[in-house]
Amino acid sequence: MNASVYRTAVLIAGLLIGLTILPHFLKYHQQDFLIFLTINILVVVSYRLVTLTGEWSLIHAVMMGVGAYTSALLSKNFDISFWITLPLAGVAAGTMAALLSYPLFRMTQFYFLIGSFATGEAIRLCWIQFIKPFGGTGGISAIPSPELLDIDFLEPIPYFYLVLIIVTICVFLLYRIEKSRIGLTLHAVHWKGVLAESVGVNTWNYRALAFIVGSLFVGIAGALKVHYIGTVAPKQFDIGFMVFILIWVIVGGYRTFYGAMLGAVVLSVLDEFLREVNQLRPAIYGITLIFFILYLSGGLERLPQKIGSIFRMRKQGNT
Amino acid sequence: MDLFIQTIVNGIIQSGFYALASIGLVLVFGVMRVVNFAHGELVMVGAYTVWLVHAQHGAPYLFTVVLAIILVTGIGLVMERFLFRPMMNDPLGGLICSIGVLFILQVIATYVGGEGPSKQVPPPFEGTMVIMDSIRIPYQRLFSICVSAAALVTLWYFLTRSTLGWAVRAVSMDREAAALQGISTVRISMVAIGVGAAMAGLAGALMAPLTNINPHMGHNVIITAFIVTIVGGIGSLPGAVIAAVLYALFHTFVTTYFSGTIATISGLLIMVLVLIVRPTGIMGHRVSE
Repeated sequence: MNASVYRTAVLIAGLLIGLTILPHFLKYHQQDFLIFLTINILVVVSYRLVTLTGEWSLIHAVMMGVGAYTSALLSKNFDISFWITLPLAGVAAGTMAALLSYPLFRMTQFYFLIGSFATGEAIRLCWIQFIKPFGGTGGISAIPSPELLDIDFLEPIPYFYLVLIIVTICVFLLYRIEKSRIGLTLHAVHWKGVLAESVGVNTWNYRALAFIVGSLFVGIAGALKVHYIGTVAPKQFDIGFMVFILIWVIVGGYRTFYGAMLGAVVLSVLDEFLREVNQLRPAIYGITLIFFILYLSGGLERLPQKIGSIFRMRKQGNT
Repeated sequence: MDLFIQTIVNGIIQSGFYALASIGLVLVFGVMRVVNFAHGELVMVGAYTVWLVHAQHGAPYLFTVVLAIILVTGIGLVMERFLFRPMMNDPLGGLICSIGVLFILQVIATYVGGEGPSKQVPPPFEGTMVIMDSIRIPYQRLFSICVSAAALVTLWYFLTRSTLGWAVRAVSMDREAAALQGISTVRISMVAIGVGAAMAGLAGALMAPLTNINPHMGHNVIITAFIVTIVGGIGSLPGAVIAAVLYALFHTFVTTYFSGTIATISGLLIMVLVLIVRPTGIMGHRVSE
């Protein structure tokens, strides 16, 4: 056990050090890309917490928007510092999730999927409709960037370090939650719901809890994103982005913690290379998605296993 | 008062589209237990066919309507064979596959039509019928509602009077029991998606001269179809038609007196409310686990 913990620790430390020096070797737009990628990692990891209980929600992107709008409105209209609005963004998204959990968790499976989609879309349309605080289709622009000492957070490299630190903390917390007693109960709710209930687990509470905590963290991710871009608009959190989250998690593999991250990283990097064929991008995503769901339903994390089993089959064929 | 009556008329005409566009989703879900997220894109393909063949190349309108139906039915059958059938035991898998198809169809549409502003198709039936000096119905809309109604009546007749229609309803009620009676569920799935896609193609072709055509028009269609499906009761065809009429009237009224976005927001809220209070919808019935 000690050996494996040691190995994991070295791996993570190496990864973090690598990420710390990486931006200095990149071009300007690649640094931008790295910031978004880091934020997206938090998005998928928090989404995984929601899916742990077996419910696939389609409202996660909108929850990110709730955090983003909260932080943007507070810092722009009330001059509140980024360092206060950032946690508040998480609290706002978590509160919204807590309120929505009453209607949403009366449904399961297919109904939950459609219900969460409808609720999310209704919230998003409210941002478009009520121009007074939310700014309509154009959204809110000129969102102030964080202030700390004399660091210029408009530059990508300082902002990247900020994002890296916050995302690392959040991902670590999410990891601890999943490995804790609560996380194990969430697994139980998914795979053995009735059995879990029979030993006294309130499944409704745990499903709602996963939803609220997941939303809280994605709200923080939303705030991180818009304080860098400087604008927030309803289009950033539409069903298209939600589908991307879904694709990252499915292609990476939703059964393990690192699978989802792997999906986000691999597909985002792939996406960077597809910049040339901008129009074709969605179709390539679509084909990838179909391919994975049909032939590699465990996701990328299962790839080594799959290849291994093919080789074994070959060997057996020869003998 | 005139505006009131005019709004009712507009709502009834709109209901034809809503019913046609939703019925395919209901049928496919009822028979195959798959939510086809690409359903709105099937409607979009129907509309694009009319734009490309009729408006750009001058083929007769009615011919392109038939062409749209055939093309979209073909796409539906391909989806069934290569995506939904292998994913038979995994409803979520089917849904995710259909999201993939959604992207692919959107990209194809962008390639065919190019980027830029939405396309318009000049209405093949010109002129407007005026009743009582104040209520105006363009002939194009009159034509659409008549065709929609005819298609729905034909579908109803097919489902209740023909053996194949009985089989479709049997499979949507209880898949296993139907299979035990010797009904080929695979064949019935093909029939269901074929008919559903044909209706979507027809809806798109009828809508084409009356709306803005762009690769993302399916988004609004699928939201409408979801609302109609849920409010009507999942898998219930009469429920879907009734819900389509009600929702079309509701949406038209709110759009006329307030705004389109508010209409959609309240539609979505009604749908969530129905999901909470009466998940079986207005015409659905309880199914045991």
